[in-house]
Amino acid sequence: MSNTATINNGSAPEFYLTEEHHVQNGTMLGFWLYLMSDCLIFACLFAMYGVVGHNYAAGPSPKDLFELPLVALNTSMLLLSSITYGFAMLEMARNRKGATLFWLFVTGCFGAAFIGIELYEFHHLIADGAGPQRSAFLSAFFALVGTHGLHVTFGIIWLITLMVQLAKGGFTPVMRRRINCLSLFWHFLDVVWIGVFTFVYLMGVLR
Amino acid sequence: MSAASHHAHDSNELVHGHDDPHHHHDDGMPHVTLKGYLTGFILSVILTAIPFWLVMAKVIPDNKIATIVVLGFAVVQLLVHMVYFLHLDTTSEGGWNMLALIFTFMLLVIMFAGSLWVMHNMNTNMMPVSAQDMRNMP
Repeated sequence: MSNTATINNGSAPEFYLTEEHHVQNGTMLGFWLYLMSDCLIFACLFAMYGVVGHNYAAGPSPKDLFELPLVALNTSMLLLSSITYGFAMLEMARNRKGATLFWLFVTGCFGAAFIGIELYEFHHLIADGAGPQRSAFLSAFFALVGTHGLHVTFGIIWLITLMVQLAKGGFTPVMRRRINCLSLFWHFLDVVWIGVFTFVYLMGVLR
Repeated sequence: MSAASHHAHDSNELVHGHDDPHHHHDDGMPHVTLKGYLTGFILSVILTAIPFWLVMAKVIPDNKIATIVVLGFAVVQLLVHMVYFLHLDTTSEGGWNMLALIFTFMLLVIMFAGSLWVMHNMNTNMMPVSAQDMRNMP
């Protein structure tokens, strides 16, 4: 009798621990794999832009269209949102709910500013007759930058959802994992934007 | 944290389940520090500002060299973001993250370089077609 009791005491907790760790690792690895597949989508769009980016169809070229000060402002918005998300992660590690919510809110504001500036740029281009239907270059440009902008938009929606959940439920392991996933997503979008401002804007003006 | 207190946390975990806030260093959460984020941020500000300045102030007269320099800065900034913001190292998720990244990078290079190469060759090898030729085509 006492033997079975010790066996149960000794083996059961170990079993639950390994099982729990397995599930946690699965989510983060799975999310990473999702990001990698997203990375391939962007790679295809970059390749398309690289192939048809010189076909202006006698329309405007990057040099005529792109305003680098605006792009620099946009880039700084995204960079600032990255560091403020980092602050939110740090506050989460310290279990301070209010501060985490505050930094998540600031991150969302910078993200919204990024989207606002991008929409202003798109509106400006389309109003000038340089919409996606003007040339292959502009189609590829709108597809690439627009896909990135859509990702950021959905990131903001996700961010608001998490803020509501966090305000209601507090820090649970599930909540930490979700905030951690969004952290990866948000920083990944910043990485893609490095490619966009270098390959599309800076190299476009240098062309 | 000593080994003894670590064990104490482990036994807490058995009692309280998921509520122990100090126990998230080995459940898939990255180890985040203020120093790491600030280092990454300052580095990426510098690595963003320099290429923008190079292009906007037209510092390098030769566009080809300027393009290569700007691309170089982008690659370095990518690495900075991977290390300081995405917390990527060879040990996260038992090395599977890194393996997936390397595989993705391989696909990306083949797809990207292959597309540009093939399409460039096709463009240069196509005979220029004038309006006159078009009309005489079978």
